[in-house]
Amino acid sequence: MASVSMTINGKQVSGEVEGRTLLVEFLREHQRLTGTHVGCDTTQCGACTIHMNGEAVKSCTMLAVQADSAEVSTIEGLANGDELHPMQEAFREHHGLQCGFCTPGMIMSATALAKRNPSPSEADVRHWLEGNLCRCTGYHNIVKAVMAGARAMNA
Amino acid sequence: MPRDDGIGASVRRKEDFRFVTGQGSYTDDLNRQGQTYAAFVRSPHAHATLNSVNTSAAAAMDGVVAIFTGQDLLDAEVNGLPCGWQVHSKDGEPMVEPAHPALAQGKVRYVGDAVAVVIAETLGQARAAAEAVEVDYGVLPAVGNMTAAKSGKAQLFEEAPNNQCYDWELGDEAEIDAAMAKAAHVVELPLVNNRLIANPIEPRVAIGDYDTATGEHTLFTTSQNPHVIRLLMGAFVLGLPEHKLRVVAPDVGGGFGTKIFHYAEEAIVTWAAAKVRRPIKWTSDRSEAFMTDAHGRDHETVAKLGLDADGEFLALKVQTDANMGAYLSTFAPAVPTYLYATLLAGQYTTPLVYANVRAWFTNTVPVDAYRGAGRPEATYVIERIVEEAARQIGMDPADLRAKNFISPDAFPYQTPVALEYDSGNYAGTLEMAKQAINYDGFAARQAASKAAGKLRGIGFSAYIEACGIAPSAVVGSLGARAGLYEVANVRVHPTGSVTMHTGTHSHGQGHETTFAQVIAERLGVPIENVDVVHGDTNNIPFGMGTYGSRSLAVGGSALAKALDKVEAKAKKIAAHLMEASDTDVEFKDGQFTIAGTDKSVAFGDVALTAYVPHNFPHDELEPGLEEQAFYDPANFTFPAGCHIAEVEIDPETGTVTLANFVAADDFGNIVNPMIVEGQVHGGIAQGVGQALLEGCVYDEDGQLVTGSYMDYAMPRADNLPNFTVDTQVTPCPHNPLGVKGCGEAGAIAAPAAVMNAVTGALRAAGVTKPIDMPATPSKVWAALHAS
Repeated sequence: MASVSMTINGKQVSGEVEGRTLLVEFLREHQRLTGTHVGCDTTQCGACTIHMNGEAVKSCTMLAVQADSAEVSTIEGLANGDELHPMQEAFREHHGLQCGFCTPGMIMSATALAKRNPSPSEADVRHWLEGNLCRCTGYHNIVKAVMAGARAMNA
Repeated sequence: MPRDDGIGASVRRKEDFRFVTGQGSYTDDLNRQGQTYAAFVRSPHAHATLNSVNTSAAAAMDGVVAIFTGQDLLDAEVNGLPCGWQVHSKDGEPMVEPAHPALAQGKVRYVGDAVAVVIAETLGQARAAAEAVEVDYGVLPAVGNMTAAKSGKAQLFEEAPNNQCYDWELGDEAEIDAAMAKAAHVVELPLVNNRLIANPIEPRVAIGDYDTATGEHTLFTTSQNPHVIRLLMGAFVLGLPEHKLRVVAPDVGGGFGTKIFHYAEEAIVTWAAAKVRRPIKWTSDRSEAFMTDAHGRDHETVAKLGLDADGEFLALKVQTDANMGAYLSTFAPAVPTYLYATLLAGQYTTPLVYANVRAWFTNTVPVDAYRGAGRPEATYVIERIVEEAARQIGMDPADLRAKNFISPDAFPYQTPVALEYDSGNYAGTLEMAKQAINYDGFAARQAASKAAGKLRGIGFSAYIEACGIAPSAVVGSLGARAGLYEVANVRVHPTGSVTMHTGTHSHGQGHETTFAQVIAERLGVPIENVDVVHGDTNNIPFGMGTYGSRSLAVGGSALAKALDKVEAKAKKIAAHLMEASDTDVEFKDGQFTIAGTDKSVAFGDVALTAYVPHNFPHDELEPGLEEQAFYDPANFTFPAGCHIAEVEIDPETGTVTLANFVAADDFGNIVNPMIVEGQVHGGIAQGVGQALLEGCVYDEDGQLVTGSYMDYAMPRADNLPNFTVDTQVTPCPHNPLGVKGCGEAGAIAAPAAVMNAVTGALRAAGVTKPIDMPATPSKVWAALHAS
């Protein structure tokens, strides 16, 4: 067992994990932050996307111990109480989600894009989201949502 | 003035707040007190005898609670998984229906077939012990596809000597052959409808729990239809009565058909939880999903269309082989028969249609309904051969279609393949789609592509589907072993807010919003005062779940009927309060009034009176305001429309780019246009995926080659363009909301549109032999270089 401590959504947490414990398991099972989802086992679907030290990463592809001392943020940390983050609001407004399972990963990935590129084009968004699978929406409304959300975040 | 939260408004979804904030409650997010974890031992062989299964070393490992094998299920008299539909062969014999044990008994028949289940304190311990179960397999020759199955290289079941499940027909073959002989043109086209994997992003999960105090079993599962699972598992597999079996399907992360079926893992965790007296959780990983979720499609067809000298369709003859996989999944036999051949008239007046469908067992995972289920396969056959006919006789493909359309004044229209279409306007959606894509401008765009060294093609798909599944008496006469009505319960609370219980299930379709809009419209209550509940057999009276684009057409109709009852009772209460006759009471915008007077009473006051019945017509009515309705549809509904795809091909690489895609659909009345558009987008993406990217591959020996997202090409954001979608409204004449269903249209229409565009572009470059889906760069490049 190994000790890890990190900041998750602004809160200092620590725990004892097996060396093989994935970051996503630490988030979901140890911290009960179940908004981060697991949709595959080959780092293809992106449902587990979170931010570590400000960068979007797939939390199924790293060990919890690799996030030791890191600043982690998850979908649960985005909204301010009942007030949605502009990217969350954009997904709701533009019907950028159906079943909701890929949505946390999509939103975390999209906010990372918006920080790099305040006004992404349709092509920019489609290219950036290449690592996030959605089976419901055909991406059409996700792309609209991300473009609108990025503008709102940078307004 | 229409309500901004009523029928026809693009209301933002009530369910979205919890999803965008990560507060959805999916099955894998649930943990039960004292929970254990299950891992399955699965066959690495496609076909083998189970000589022995030795669990002793595994049982001694850390944390192992129990291990069960097929023999244990046999000893405990746990039955196999049932099939919900019986098809009869053309000689009158019932289909071959072999036993489908939840854990393999005697033999394994596909890679992934479950041999044993290990239950342990942690998932890691369960997986480690599963690795330690020693299975002695006697490897047998296997048949990985239908060609191999027909060859007799291996035999899956004693009772199916040639691996055939059934040999079914619809129509009169002699009559069709005679008509074909007289046709001026006969077009023949071989077609493969590629095998697909549904791939909802949420993998399947099942948690079994047993309450020793009450004797109640609970199954939490990723299902589209919890009552169907309770019925199948309780009555057929485990022998548990309904009142002691609760099935909960909470938030479900996409279904697309593959979460309709009753799976072995559900029965095993439910049964074993009572054995070990602990909750048991099983979560599929993606590799397991590829190997065990029921797959879709997998048809091989030869179609023949006879036309007269003017291009009028005379006869369509279809010979289809359909892969059932290694066992019959819940609705598998119905998909290539009653959900397929009955749609082969399409939008056309073709007077004679004949279909012969042979279903085969192979050493592959079971095949069952996937978005559209039978109707995409039918549309693919019709719309590919009609396009091919247009090319061969030199007619514009839109004109050939229009010439043969059933006219808008011909409804109700009896097709030669059993169905009676209720309504439609096919010329309307064809024209709408042509305008949307600027069909007249195609020649110029094609010339521009050519000048840039590219090939351009355009393809139509004028589809029809039978949705609103289904009239129980009709499907019963065709072999269904269940009824397909729907149930709604409307509970008006004392303060006038409303909770509705529906037997349908939402796993992305937005029922919490759409059904609430219908209630807001009808009762005049704000949508935020309405909650829609689904997914728990302990809460919902009954229900058949969500598939076949049935939720609004059948479940919404049940809701409308329940609302009629609420309104009728509320009117009587209002009449009593206003000291008038209930026949004089009018109800609009939440107010009861008496015409010609200034008397009025609000819906909320009526609700309160129903629960605080001090001044109440007790001699006539019971207190309370809660009504329930079952609705069994009079007919299927028939959404239809026209989709057009335009593609550009780079002949240097064979890469196909979808340049434009338009959809003109007729779903009848629409409650929430935003949600409907989203459903169409998603369906199109899956249809385009089938046409250009996706294909499940087994090798000849039954090894799954496409077993991960590294090998199976899912459509990604950068594979697709934006879609242009529009609708025409021809209301359904036989259900109270006039709605038809929209969930499957895109997946039904898009494959033929895209492949007609691809083959059209290739034909212009001299490639006359059509290629099959998916039109991958290597396939397209090879076709171009072979010509």
